[in-house]
Amino acid sequence: MRILRRLGVDVRFPEGQTCCGQVGFNGGFHDEAREVAARFIDVFDGDDYVVIPSGSCATMVKVFYPELFEDDAAMRERAERLSERTHELTDFIVNVLGVTDVGAGYQGAVTYHDSCHTLRELRQREEGRALLDASPGVDLTEMRDADRCCGFGGLFSIKYPHISNAILEEKLASVEATGAGVVTATDCGCLMHLRGAMSRKGMRQRTLHIAEVLAGDAREGA
Amino acid sequence: MAVRTAQFKRASSSAVVDPKLQTALGRVMGHFIEARSHALEEFTDDAWEGMRERAGALKAHTLEHLDYYLDLTDRSVRRNGGHVHFATDAAHARSIVLDIAQRTGAKRAIKSKSMVSEEMELNRHLEAAGVKPVETDLGEYIIQLAGETPFHIIAPAMHKSRQDVSDLFQQWLKTAPTDDIRRLCTIARDALREEFETADMGISGANFVVAETGTVVLVTNEGNGRMTTSAPRVHVAISGIEKVVPAIEDVALMLRLLPRSATGQRITSYNTFVSGPRAASDEDGPEEFHLILVDNGRLNILRDPEFREALKCIRCGACLNTCPVYRKVGGHAYGWVYSGPIGAVITPLLTGIKEGKDLPYASTLCGACRDVCPVKIDLPSLLLKLRRREVAGTNGERAATWMERLLVRRWAGAVKTRQAMERSARLGRFLQRPLSKQGRIRRLPLPVIGGWTRGRDFPALAERSFATIWREELSDGGDA
Repeated sequence: MRILRRLGVDVRFPEGQTCCGQVGFNGGFHDEAREVAARFIDVFDGDDYVVIPSGSCATMVKVFYPELFEDDAAMRERAERLSERTHELTDFIVNVLGVTDVGAGYQGAVTYHDSCHTLRELRQREEGRALLDASPGVDLTEMRDADRCCGFGGLFSIKYPHISNAILEEKLASVEATGAGVVTATDCGCLMHLRGAMSRKGMRQRTLHIAEVLAGDAREGA
Repeated sequence: MAVRTAQFKRASSSAVVDPKLQTALGRVMGHFIEARSHALEEFTDDAWEGMRERAGALKAHTLEHLDYYLDLTDRSVRRNGGHVHFATDAAHARSIVLDIAQRTGAKRAIKSKSMVSEEMELNRHLEAAGVKPVETDLGEYIIQLAGETPFHIIAPAMHKSRQDVSDLFQQWLKTAPTDDIRRLCTIARDALREEFETADMGISGANFVVAETGTVVLVTNEGNGRMTTSAPRVHVAISGIEKVVPAIEDVALMLRLLPRSATGQRITSYNTFVSGPRAASDEDGPEEFHLILVDNGRLNILRDPEFREALKCIRCGACLNTCPVYRKVGGHAYGWVYSGPIGAVITPLLTGIKEGKDLPYASTLCGACRDVCPVKIDLPSLLLKLRRREVAGTNGERAATWMERLLVRRWAGAVKTRQAMERSARLGRFLQRPLSKQGRIRRLPLPVIGGWTRGRDFPALAERSFATIWREELSDGGDA
């Protein structure tokens, strides 16, 4: 919100919004997902850009909504129009606003985790990195296999916690090996997953959403 | 093969804590992925993408007209002097092999790698009928001695250490223990040489079957495929019906994609093309050639437009190698012949959605498999479609539990309106008080979602929602 306003964007927050419905969709519960998605489409009706600060939710709206309504021509058309207006935050800043230097004041070493949906559904590998690179105080250190899944997978993480944790261990080791104090990403799911394990293990590293890094007042070790 | 898909949870739980398995998976999968990306360096992204596109379209076209191409295959093989058999299921396919063995008086059979024969549990049935089967692919030979099933589509014994192999050879071949891999290869080579020379029947799989020419194409690195198809007096090739490609030119494209995707090789050591039995002018080769085309559930997939593309698979194993879940649980956990993302899709389709209900959820939907698939199968989408069948399908497919249904209904209700969501959040904040310390919850005593706190803390709900912050501080253009 602060970043976008700093860049001169008139930001609004439709207060009726709740959830994009991905939980139901990924679980195979399409009827329930459709109810929630229809509500999302109503709430975000209009011509404004819709900016979503989480790659997975953005994927749901951009990629899966048209699929969800494939048997309902009228809703499908609304879903497709919404899909075109919808952008994940870093995509919006870099590709719609055409900006990479957002005046981030963050100081410190950061490593960037490629969230799967951001990378392989929205096909954004460079946007997040470009924003971090353009931030003078940010020292971006790449981790090994940054594009490998952290093991979250939504329902997967609670259905198969043992596998999810085993995958997560590798990701944590990659993060640790960079020496960076902060791991950042575009997706709240991955970040919650990483943070949950870091907190349980008492690791010194912490997670910051890329918006928190770019907004500027966070400090390494703060 | 017996279907043990229902045991996925238990089998995967023990796999993730098996240090030996984890070492093997880390090493071999890492090697395959590295080799693959190295092998792709000679192509531009566009060139590789174009080849995948063409290969996917070619397989889709063949499946679309499979009746025509199977008929053409039948005519071509017969023209070459071979025999074609269509087997409806595993039992039918077995009976065809056993009939051939009985009629030709075969007592010893050598086999080159065939995953379809695993579906048929062919070795067990051959033994019961008095025919001694010997696997000749080194990996398959090792797991045959160990009495196991393939751990990986193309690397069946990747979970065995050199120590394991030495022990097996010592037990079965009475050789001295050694940790020298070259020595181990020589032992296997000597033992297999004798089998090649004395076998009555050679049983192979097929990487591709060319409809126009009636040719069976085998891709191997050890030359065992060539021995299996040429030394014994009878050759029986077993193939799933989906392995057919229209013309010999199509194999050229497929042979560029398959080894690079599988082992990261530009080409394998042996590419064997077999078109029927020995001709009058040939010096060697089998007297009889049989091609068994096996359905065993594939026609059901073909008839289902939602899942048809799963039959495009050429069994390269790239999706296994890149899958974060396969890399942790390995092949046996999946409970049947095929593992990894493609296994999670086709196993339930071939053996029963209800029984295999856990497999489509054994994926983080990260999409890495789709990006490496040489024929562009949209695996994450197929996994999602299977999940949907489990929830909304017919009786034989419905598998979601009442608890899952209840929780999803609760969730849908809670996010129906902002007011409902705020109400749920208020309730959550009240209930989390005894559990939450410094914004963290270490144990969630709840069904299903309680699994989260195994190894991870759960973030406590914030005291104020963003909507509240927006209303109170930001909506007038302020900066919180």
